Order: sequence, then structure tokens, then C-alpha cells
Amino acid sequence: MKTLAANSAQKTEQGRIINDFSIQVATVNGSGSQSSNNVLMRAIFQMGIPVSGKNLFPSNIAGLPTWFTIRVNKDGWVARKREIDILIAMNPQTSVEDVKSLPPGAICISPIELHLDSVRSDIKHYQVPFAELATQTTENIKLRKLLTNMVYVGVVGHLIELDFEEVKKAISRQFEGKTKAIDLNIAAVTKGREWAAQNLKKEDPYYVQADDKTQGKIIIDGNAASALGAMFAGVTVVTWYPITPSSSVCETLTDYMHQYRLDKKTGKATYAIIQAEDELAALGMAIGAGWAGARSMTSTSGPGISLMSEFTGLGYFAEIPTVIFDIQRVGPSTGLPTRTSQADLLSTYQLSHGDTKHIVLLPGTVEECYSMAVNAFNLAEKFQTPVFVLSDLDLGMNNWMSDPFKYPDTPIDRGKVLTASDLERLGKFERYKDIDGDGIPYRTLPGTNHALAAYFTRGSGHNEKAAYTERSDDYKNLMDRLNKKYQTARKYIPKPSMVSDKTAKIGIIAYGSSHFAITESQSQLKTEANIATSYLRIKALPFTEELKQFIQTHERIYVIEQNRDAQLRSLITLELPEFATKLRSVLHYDGLPIDARSITEEIKSQER
Amino acid sequence: MVDAPVTSNQAPAPKTNRIGLTLADYKGAPSTLCDGCGHDAITAQIIKACYELGVEPHKVAKLSGIGCSSKTPAYFLSRAHGFNAVHGRMPSVATGVSMANRDLTLLAVSGDGDTASIGLGQFCHIIRRNVPMIYIVENNGVYGLTKGQFSATADFGSKSKSGVMNELSSIDLCSLAIELGATFVGRSFAGDPKQLVALIKAAVSHRGTAILDVISPCVTFNNHEGSTKSYKYAKESEIPLHDLGFVPFFEQLTIEMEPGTIQEVEFHDGSKIILKKLDKNYDPTNKLSAMNTLQKAIAEKQFLTGLLYVDEKKEDFTTIMDLVDEPLATLSAEQTRPGKEVLEEIMNSLK
Repeated sequence: MKTLAANSAQKTEQGRIINDFSIQVATVNGSGSQSSNNVLMRAIFQMGIPVSGKNLFPSNIAGLPTWFTIRVNKDGWVARKREIDILIAMNPQTSVEDVKSLPPGAICISPIELHLDSVRSDIKHYQVPFAELATQTTENIKLRKLLTNMVYVGVVGHLIELDFEEVKKAISRQFEGKTKAIDLNIAAVTKGREWAAQNLKKEDPYYVQADDKTQGKIIIDGNAASALGAMFAGVTVVTWYPITPSSSVCETLTDYMHQYRLDKKTGKATYAIIQAEDELAALGMAIGAGWAGARSMTSTSGPGISLMSEFTGLGYFAEIPTVIFDIQRVGPSTGLPTRTSQADLLSTYQLSHGDTKHIVLLPGTVEECYSMAVNAFNLAEKFQTPVFVLSDLDLGMNNWMSDPFKYPDTPIDRGKVLTASDLERLGKFERYKDIDGDGIPYRTLPGTNHALAAYFTRGSGHNEKAAYTERSDDYKNLMDRLNKKYQTARKYIPKPSMVSDKTAKIGIIAYGSSHFAITESQSQLKTEANIATSYLRIKALPFTEELKQFIQTHERIYVIEQNRDAQLRSLITLELPEFATKLRSVLHYDGLPIDARSITEEIKSQER
Repeated sequence: MVDAPVTSNQAPAPKTNRIGLTLADYKGAPSTLCDGCGHDAITAQIIKACYELGVEPHKVAKLSGIGCSSKTPAYFLSRAHGFNAVHGRMPSVATGVSMANRDLTLLAVSGDGDTASIGLGQFCHIIRRNVPMIYIVENNGVYGLTKGQFSATADFGSKSKSGVMNELSSIDLCSLAIELGATFVGRSFAGDPKQLVALIKAAVSHRGTAILDVISPCVTFNNHEGSTKSYKYAKESEIPLHDLGFVPFFEQLTIEMEPGTIQEVEFHDGSKIILKKLDKNYDPTNKLSAMNTLQKAIAEKQFLTGLLYVDEKKEDFTTIMDLVDEPLATLSAEQTRPGKEVLEEIMNSLK
């Protein structure tokens, strides 16, 4: 393996570009290309080469154009790469535009009948009789279309010298247990490889070469990671309403729970998962369950967040724990349902009317989708309040490489819950009284068999004893205690991660899925323009002390985020107005995942 | 008097029920509703029913939405946890509570605005799921807290206090509930305590969503001439389908009635409701005849009361969800966090 590692990462070896390029596959939604793309990505991963895949899909079941981008990168940069090096143009609807968008020198693999060579001559064309090759593979007309996609895996595999054994393994994994499908798909790939070997002359620099950089790694999407986090957090009541891009959180969770959370003796469920009638009901159920002592959660996206506003305020004011996953998509309104964004930061932070503010966790990697999900349930019960986990479509629905997740090292924290024997010992119970000075009161659960246990929960004004009140002093007292509780939370939420360069005058602040593009951009800035940068990634709201220190120690701060209105920067300006003039923005809001090149160009231009 | 023995000065020990609690133990805070409000009459029957059944207060969760009616859970069972949720969304909260703790008896109060307008969607879906709970709609045809606007249950042609005629047809919650597959549907009147208390007891014994639509006059905004939800109108036009008697599981059946005129419905806990037929053709276990009778009553502007429909066979939501016997809320970490080996197995499958 040592020699492999030493040999790898050769940028050019006789003009070769090894393990550093991007492939874009343009197909029609519903044509079954997802399997082929997964096989292609998986085979590269199995060769030990860092890889990422991004699915750019329409809000549609079948017929509209869809693109899948695979990025191969020896240095482990897995953010989206803006430039496409290899285009597989299978969709006649978009092929001309797809070809026009390529940088000069790129290559294009396309069906021969599209005659794309007439569109541009400054790129390398490989034209393939896909239909004919698929016909030779099977007589079944229905299957032909699907197998055409496997033929391109064979063609591109031959061109980049993809290990055929790894392709076969990836196919076996993709169609696990279906021998016939495995054989057919391998035959289609073989067909493509053989045709390419006999008919194509390699005239491009792109190659893969085995490496050892993916050893021990997993591939997972952020939504599955969040689902795993919820399961290992011990979630018991899950409520949701279908919405892209969040549905797969609860769908994956349903599969995992069915497999691992049925009672061993009775086979009965230690959980309830309910598909609600809408997002209002979904959060209502989660709030009801949290009140009655379950570990509850719901998962949604922007439009659902808007609908959940009222119940979130109730949860905040009446102090009821629950966890809300927001897998952000592009808004406002229905927006672009299948595109990514980070534009729900402010709306979730202060969701609902009146003075409200919430704990918001901001995972930036699939590992954090998992670990922050575990943490979110503890925070929700510790602080008796709704806690948001803000992921996004890019993180949630795309496949990412990661180190395997670690088993939670902290016990389940159910927070300040008094039992009947506690009540007996204390001889007194006031639901909303701040006994410990941290702003967090004690609660009892319905069903507690003690004369002191019961209290009345309401979203209207209430005093320390949970009785209805409209008194000014009671209201102010309550609002101040809620604020105190929120201040306490600053000490318990995840701290930012910080990578400091002592020579750097420039600091970068960001959050969430921008992470990988930022670290890549930092490297570009350093090598291309000798701009040193430090990087602070915020992992939660409210802000913690580290943010202030970071801004203080840098001359200029670039706040990088995937929304139009500079939401994080606005929030920093609000909370730390003394630093307002230090802050600059890099904004990316075209619906596509942020990429390093765009960040680098923007910072370079602002630094000029 | 000075020589009188001390003991004779003490009030006699108050009567207690089968679990040793007094009627006062089932009361709540004093009502802040208007004097004579129908809701307070219903509260009194809830207290009476729970006392007579020997319901354990700590095992009850009281739930409500927003409105005058939704305030009432504060006025009964002060030893039970209560939850005054947001407007029209009590059913979703109830569903969550029911999933978290299957041992609780859910006693929910809503109003006609809270249920038939803003909450109509959740009303439909709680019925569809058959979440075990008692769902009482205190129906007065107006919005009280916002001073007298018509609600969606106000009858076509009825007049508001200011003389405006309601020009929209009303939503009949009982017909709707039966149509949606409800397993227990009753209609009563706040001024008919005998029938109401029997229906509440039966609802407590039922396993599934028990809908009780109770006409509960608003003395301030809807008790005038021209209203079809006034005390006077309801009293004069109420047509009970049957006389009701309730026999709890812990008592022997002692009611004697003429054979052929009575019908018994037995609940899961062994309690029975005895229906003495007034309309000889009415059978509350027959969905089609229940629908027919109700539709006819609507067409003829009749105010029918009684147990309109009951189905003890349909599975409730807890059963459908196949939950463990212990409440989910109190499961231990060992039961809810899978072991290290499970995570390892999953991680290996993703490599």
C-alpha cells in the first residue's frame, strides 16, 4: 500500500491527470441511471480513491432532465467542482446546452446519433452507438433503456482505466441477491468496455489509479446519518409529513427501527413512527409526545418549517422538548424543491411570534448529522425546548465519504424530571420555578402517581406554579427566566471548530455543508494567491465565546453562506455590532451546492 | 352546645368512591366562564362520571385547544396533568401523548370553532387513526371569546344576537364522524345531565376515539330567540333516541326492563351501556341506519340525542402501532439505544 500511496496523486505523468477530475452524467429522470451512477461512484471508491457524488434532480418522477456529478479527487476534496471534465451526454433534451457549458479541453461521451461533434470542436468527443450496444445485450425492449446506462459505465470505465473487478463488485452490491440482474448489468458493462477498446482511441488525460485513501471509510447520505443518530439517541416517537428533501430521514429511520428497535422478547415496537396529515400535526404530535415523556422528533423542510411556526412557539413558551430536523431546500414558498440552500437560518432561529429564540445545531458533515442528532435529543430534554437540526439537501440527499461513526460516549440525559419519590422527598413542586439558578425548571410527566405531580400546561400566560396569569410581573419574570435558560444553553451546545493560521489576517466564518468547499478554497487561496486564512465553523446557535475571540483576532472576516441575505452575517452583526465593519460576505444562492472555485474567486476579487 | 361531644361537631365523613376518593377530589379550579354557561354543566358531569367510575386522576391527561370550552380542563380533575394546546390542534397533541404513554386516559375538550373550523382537519385524522381518547365538543354555534361570531356548526337560518341570519349550511360533526369511520359517536345536551353522564361513562370505557358532540348553550352570545343552540330551543326540541343506563364493569347488572325494548352494548373493560329503545328501529351498531337517521334528522331539523353509533371491534391506534406494553415514555436506555455491535454492523454495511 505504501508504494501505491507514493505513486498516487501524480498530477501529470506523461501528460496524464490521475485521480483528479469530475464526471457529469446527463440523463432523463426516471431512466434508471441512478444505479449506473452509483456503480460508477462505488467502483472508484473501492479502488481507494476519494470520491463524491451529487445528484442534481428535478421535482418530477419521470421525463425531466437530471444530472449526476461524480468528483474524483486524490486530495480528498469532495465538494462540488464547478467545471466538468468528462460529460456523458445521454439526454437529447439538454445535450446541446450541456456540451456548450463545458470548459475547453473537456471530453464528451455521447450517443452517436446526437452528432454533438457539430456543436463544438474544442472538446474531445467520443461518440458511441449506445442503442445498438444495448440491443446486443438484451432482446427485452424495457430493459434496453436501463442497460444503456450500464453501457456508458463500461465505456467511461475503459477510458479512465477503471478496475473492472471493482465494477463487478459494485454491481453485485447494487443488485444484491438478484443474480439475473447482476449478470445482465455486467454483460452491458462488458459490452461497453469491449466496444470502446476496439473502437475508441484514448485522446484525453483522465485516469484513475488505485490508492489507499478510502480504506475503512463509509459512504452515506446525511439523512441516513441523521436517522442513525436519532435511533442511537433513543428516539421513541417520530412524526413526519412527506417533503423533499427530508422524507428519507424518516423513511430510513423506519427501516432501521424496524430492524433494530423491536422488543427482543415480544417483537413489539419500542417506538411509534407516524406519517401525519400535515406538518402542523407532525409537530403537534411530537410536542404532545415530548410533553408526556417520549423522546420525540419530526423532520421537514422549509414549507413545513413555516407551518410549524405556531407549535414551535408553544414548545418554547410551555417548555416542551422535541427535535426538529430541517433539511433545507431553496425557498421562498415552494421555491426549488430539489435544490439546496442555507436560507432557513434566521427563520428557524426565531421561529414563531413573540420573543422566541431556539437552539439550532448546524451539522457540516454526515458524521455531524449523526452525532448532532444524538446530541439534539439530550439538549432538548435538558433545556425542555424544541431543538432544531439544520441540515440541507446537499448534505442530506447526496452520498458522502466519512470515517465510521462512533458509538455515543455520553449517556441519555432525560433532564430535570421529578418522579413520585422525588416529589415525596421534596414535599413541593412548582413547574416553572428556577430552583437551580440556571433558568431550567423541573417537570413531571403525566401519569406520575403523586398528589403534587399534576400541573397545567398552556401557551397562555403562566406563573411559576403553572397557573394562568395576565400579571405583568409574572409575564416578565417568565420571559427573563426563559432568556436565562437560553444563556445557560450557550455553555452546553457544540462549540465552533477552528483552524487558525497564525499568519492569517483573514478569517472565514461559515456553517453547515459549505465546509468542504471552504477548506478546498483555503488551499486554493494559499497556493494561487498566497492568501492565508483561518477558519471558524459555527456548529450551533446561540453563539458561543469563541466567535468573538475569532473575529477579534482577525483583520477581516468573510462570512460564507448559501443564501441571498447574508443571514449568518446579519445575526453576528446583531449580536456583536462592534464588529459589523469587519464582516464581509461571500454568498452563493443559485440552488447548486457551493464550490471552492466560486469562493476563491470572490475572496480574491474582494482582496484586490 | 358547650357540653356537646367534640365528635358531633365534625361533619360526617364525605362519601368516597371505589378507590377512596371524594367528589371534591375530582374538581378543579373555579370556573371563570359566564354564569349559566353550558360548559360548566358539562364540566359537572365529567366530574361526576369520573368520580362514579373511580377513574384514577393521575392516569388521566386532560387536553384542549383554544376557546371558552378549551379553558374547562382547568375546572375539573386538578390531580391530572392538563395541556391547553393551540387552536384546533389538540388532536395532534393527543396523538403524541397517546403514543408516549398508552396507560393514560385522554380526556379532551374542544369547541365548535376549535373542532369544526380551524381544527376540522385534525378532527378527521384523529378519527381515522382511532386514537384512544374521549373527545368532547362543547358545541354552542358561536365564538364566545371573540364575542359572538357564527361558527361552522351554526344552523342555516339561525339568527345571531345582533339579528344577522346565518346563510351557510352547518357542519354536522356526528354525521361527519360516522362517515370518517368513528367508533363511538354520541350527541347530547348540557341540559340533560342524566343522559350526558351515561354517555361520558361509556366514552371512558370505549377503546378508540369517542366523539361526544354536546350542545352547550352560550348564555351571553347565543341564547336568544332565533338561535338553534339556546337552552330553550334545545330543551323544547331534544328528541332522545333512547334512555341510557350505564353499568360499569365493577357492578352487577340490576336494571330490569321489558324484554325486546332494550339493547346492551358491551365495552372492552366489561362495562355495558343499556339502551332502552324509544325509537324501536334504532340500532347504534348499524352504521347505515345511524347515517340514515341522522340525515333524516338534519333534513327535518330535529335535534336527536343519544348514542348514535358504536363499534367495539375496530382496532385502536395503539394496537395498530403494535406498541410494547410499557409506556414509551418510561422505557430504559437499554430498551431504546441499540448496542455497540448494532452500530458496527451498520457501519460495516456502508463500507
